[in-house]
Amino acid sequence: MITITHFLVLGAILFSLAVTGIFMNRKNLIVLLMSIELMLLAVNINFVAFSYYLNDLTGQVFVFFILTVAAAEAAIGLAILVVVFRNCGTINVQDLDEMKG
Amino acid sequence: MVTAALRMITAKNPVHSILSLVLVFFTSSAIWLLLEAEFLAITLVLVYVGAVMVLFLFVVMMLNINTAQIREGFVKFMPVAIVVSLIMIAELVLVVISKEFELERESNFVFESGNTHALGEILYTDYLLPFETAAVILLVAIVAAIVLTLRQRVETRTQNPGEQIKVKAKDRVRIVSLPSEDKKEY
Repeated sequence: MITITHFLVLGAILFSLAVTGIFMNRKNLIVLLMSIELMLLAVNINFVAFSYYLNDLTGQVFVFFILTVAAAEAAIGLAILVVVFRNCGTINVQDLDEMKG
Repeated sequence: MVTAALRMITAKNPVHSILSLVLVFFTSSAIWLLLEAEFLAITLVLVYVGAVMVLFLFVVMMLNINTAQIREGFVKFMPVAIVVSLIMIAELVLVVISKEFELERESNFVFESGNTHALGEILYTDYLLPFETAAVILLVAIVAAIVLTLRQRVETRTQNPGEQIKVKAKDRVRIVSLPSEDKKEY
């Protein structure tokens, strides 16, 4: 029988992988954004698992809102990325030092 | 699914990593289907795979990034990243496999009219205000994304109808009073 622990472990592994991705791809802004998406997905898996095992729909409602906010965040983040690329000619994090004194 | 996530953070090419993330979303959507969250599973495929990931793909292909330069710090950060991830996985798993979380589903209670119907009912009654807030957030996101990426081109020739209507005759025609010349005898 699959208990809720399995889903929670899966969510934990995905979340840790996303943190690892943030550490490893510190130069690539796009992969950073994607790692954030992966984190949100891990949290959503936990929510859905709890919602299933507790027979409570509230968790799914929250997953719905998280999806909404994540979509908005991705759209705005990518728009900012495009503007940064247009102004600086690069999205390399190391080169974005315009504000250095 | 975990393999796809691993591929996502280690892929050389950003396009490959995006496609791996799409695979992660598909597999998690299948898992949500097994957890009887049908509406959210379909939403995940439609919204994420259909919209957000395609947006990522567009941006990656539009920006045309030098991948070799981006890879520079990869090996340098590898040890610390692996250590951090192992610690995090260990801690989270230790917390999660404790006795408190070992709950199984007691009853096989199924909503009569399906998951989507039940979710809609609870969403439009108990969670009406958060729902409308989410709508406003989406609107703000649309406006912000458009405003951020909009640029006024200098070289395009456009008409300004307001100025065209406001214009008066004296702005266009200049009446000059010239002294009349004397009539000359030829």
